[in-house]
Amino acid sequence: MSGGGIRPATTFTKAARLALQNSTLRQNLGFATRTICAKRESAVAEIPNWQELRTLGAGIKDEALSNLNELLVQLEQKITEAGGTVHWARTAEEAVEIVASIAKRHEVQEVIKVKSITSDEIELNQGLTHDNIIAIETDLAELICQLADDSPSHILVPAIHKNRDEIRELFERKLGSTFDSSEPKLLAEAARIYLREKFLTSKMAVSGANYAVAETGTVCIVESEGNGRMCLTLPEVLVSIMGIEKVLPLWEDVSAFLRLLPRSSTAERMNPYTSMWTGVTPGDGPQEFHLILLDNGRSDILADATGRQTLRCIRCSACLNVCPVYQRVGGHAYGSVYPGPIGAILTPQLLQMADVNANTLPFASTLCGACYEACPVKINIPEILIYLREKTEKSTAESFGFQTVYRVMSNPRLFGLVLKNTRLGASVASTFGLLKPWTNSRELPDIPKESFREWWRNREQ
Amino acid sequence: MNSKEAILAKIQAAQVPHFRANRPQRKELPASLDAFCERVADYRAKLHSVTEDQLLPTIQSLVNGRRCLVPLGLGFTIQGAQEDKPFSHRELAEFDVTVTLCAVGIEETGTIILDGSEGQGRRALSLIPDHHICIVRESQVVASIEEAIQRITPTRPLTFISGPSATSDIELVRVEGVHGPRRLDVLLVSHT
Amino acid sequence: MKVHLFITCLNDALFPKTGIATTQILERLGHTVEFDPRQTCCGQMHLNSGYRKEAAVLAKQFIEVFKDAECIVSPSGSCVANVREMFINLGKWTEDEALVSDAEQLRERVFELSEFLLTVEKIEDVGAYFPHRVTYHPTCHATRGLGLSDSPLKLLKAVKGIDYVELPDSSQCCGFGGTFSVKNADTSSAMLADKCDAVNALDVEYCVALDNSCLMHIGGGLKKSSKEPKVIHLAEVLASREER
Repeated sequence: MSGGGIRPATTFTKAARLALQNSTLRQNLGFATRTICAKRESAVAEIPNWQELRTLGAGIKDEALSNLNELLVQLEQKITEAGGTVHWARTAEEAVEIVASIAKRHEVQEVIKVKSITSDEIELNQGLTHDNIIAIETDLAELICQLADDSPSHILVPAIHKNRDEIRELFERKLGSTFDSSEPKLLAEAARIYLREKFLTSKMAVSGANYAVAETGTVCIVESEGNGRMCLTLPEVLVSIMGIEKVLPLWEDVSAFLRLLPRSSTAERMNPYTSMWTGVTPGDGPQEFHLILLDNGRSDILADATGRQTLRCIRCSACLNVCPVYQRVGGHAYGSVYPGPIGAILTPQLLQMADVNANTLPFASTLCGACYEACPVKINIPEILIYLREKTEKSTAESFGFQTVYRVMSNPRLFGLVLKNTRLGASVASTFGLLKPWTNSRELPDIPKESFREWWRNREQ
Repeated sequence: MNSKEAILAKIQAAQVPHFRANRPQRKELPASLDAFCERVADYRAKLHSVTEDQLLPTIQSLVNGRRCLVPLGLGFTIQGAQEDKPFSHRELAEFDVTVTLCAVGIEETGTIILDGSEGQGRRALSLIPDHHICIVRESQVVASIEEAIQRITPTRPLTFISGPSATSDIELVRVEGVHGPRRLDVLLVSHT
Repeated sequence: MKVHLFITCLNDALFPKTGIATTQILERLGHTVEFDPRQTCCGQMHLNSGYRKEAAVLAKQFIEVFKDAECIVSPSGSCVANVREMFINLGKWTEDEALVSDAEQLRERVFELSEFLLTVEKIEDVGAYFPHRVTYHPTCHATRGLGLSDSPLKLLKAVKGIDYVELPDSSQCCGFGGTFSVKNADTSSAMLADKCDAVNALDVEYCVALDNSCLMHIGGGLKKSSKEPKVIHLAEVLASREER
């Protein structure tokens, strides 16, 4: 299993086939996604002007993206004034190097981490091991994945693919805990005991960031378990890694996202804990704060007028839960820390549409549109999927097929001729995907005696 | 060219056309205390509506003789409670319960916000002990998230609390209390 | 009114009955129906599979065929969604301003059949008779792409003699998705299996929808499981009469 990152080890088709064979996974996933979807619908229904709110969320993000240079510089200035330090990282490697150098300066061998997909994107944990620094995940699900040497399969519920018995066995083996039953309450208690000591003794924490406000220099993290508060409050040194697209222009913009995110994500009115801080506060929390602004392909996406809206994403995971493909194959099939519909457009774009395996992701969709409907910042994912498909290499055989159909379709007379001949008609029909992959699970429709246009012509005579 | 210059140059080169979001006018609405209470309780936090006179006895009975921690500037004395010296994190872990004030309550979501000013203490105080008792005055409750955001000072260390800590990471079964306080009592104090 | 049929290549080749039914419904409502045999494919197949240049040529060909048509009606939500929503994008993506403006003009004049009946004709009862137990699958491009939601059900429920049963989880995609059904056949089949199970559990005679592409997929799956329900296009239900 891959330890993170965004480079799929294989094509989506192959990975999905494998995932579909795992019936436990499908059951866990089906149950989890159905539950969250139903909850999300009622959480959203509580907000009468939800559609206007989505438009506002999209608008604020678009404004930020249209003025990114000024906002990032303003953010840096505000954080610096408040006693923090801002770093800029072009690539994953640069970001990892910055974290490592801060750890080394403080002679830290172990850092505690708040769940952060951005840190998984840059494969931080693995990168830090080169400097003999161990990163300990403190989010329960991330801890489960880390102990199991497994990668997260969902943005919000990373261990969605594991059930309670699997987790109990894991904790017994890795934490030495003993349990009377597999009750989630007991399993959570074991994690609490194990991590409490880490929180009280760790000198340095690493986190992501849900957003940062340029106007004030305020950084925000939303969470549920309190591990975030522990990491953001108790260590002496805090390093937060944030994609450059996460900046918000104004302090007042925070309210739109505090309303959009929890309802779309955990389907709650509000998540249990939200922390916000600006630089360093004497006598309260870490006395050294670093924010790393990460590009890692984002500015390339920004340069694409159609792909750009991908950068509005607030990582809520609503699109995963509603996606009929994700519901069946799960997150690992996408081969990247960004799974589901958003991953299908974000991953290949972060890799500049140059990774052969990642380029199979835009095809991992029926274009059913459920993701677009659920997206709190109105990212038109189906449209971007279609757009990106053009940027991928096609096989010679496939290309030949489509060129043949194109030649027929671009010539009405030829098309009429093809339709006249039933057999040839059937061969045109085969381009709709007959052959084996079709007939393995589906029968062919009956081929009619005459086409519509033949009927029309006969009737006119 | 350093990394900062390189990133800024790439963003510049992306030539994103100017866009301005259409932010709605802010509306001030009267807050419903009943709705606030209901929503706090929805998170399985315990809500107590008390008068100023009932406040101290209610706290005393909730603390129930356990080791109690209070921040500076709470405004009244709880018998047997210790003020933050400040204590080390290890020492904080020895306390059973913390009593604090708050900055704002939000009706829309049943959220309380702590901003670290007088009577609220630094963030570790309301985090490490397993039981948090939080005092909200009626006048502190606002209707919406917008109003709360407008009322608080962004540059203070802010903690939004909506019920006790929770996880749904195992089979989506909600478990209260992972790392933060497992018990949250909110005392809503009326004006009379 | 003169109504121009946009029959779609798939219906023309494989599902002429749907086109005939559409013609009958429109004629019974007193419209003059036109069919221009120069029409072929709207280019959706090429666009959605990543052949943008080819799709743009087919889109322009489509615009040329229908440039003088005041009202275009089609028995396919998917193809109408492509014409209405994607032609403009196609113009933008190929930096073809003429295509963008032509597409903007065209989009107001194209209707999916049920949409035409409900919003232009403002009619729910088209005088159909179909004494069968049916369920209805709302196809994705019609429901979400065109924003029709569950409005086509109004037409179905007004049919005389019909015994309509609601399909559980109806808004779940059937798994067709054009080339997806072949490129990711395993995932497509897994989705199809769930859809077929839902239909089979209802003890119905027919599964109705307004897109033959999805119906070809669902029908192929149902046939494979050799169960009772058949698939039928909404137009064919609406064209059925008492004498049949």
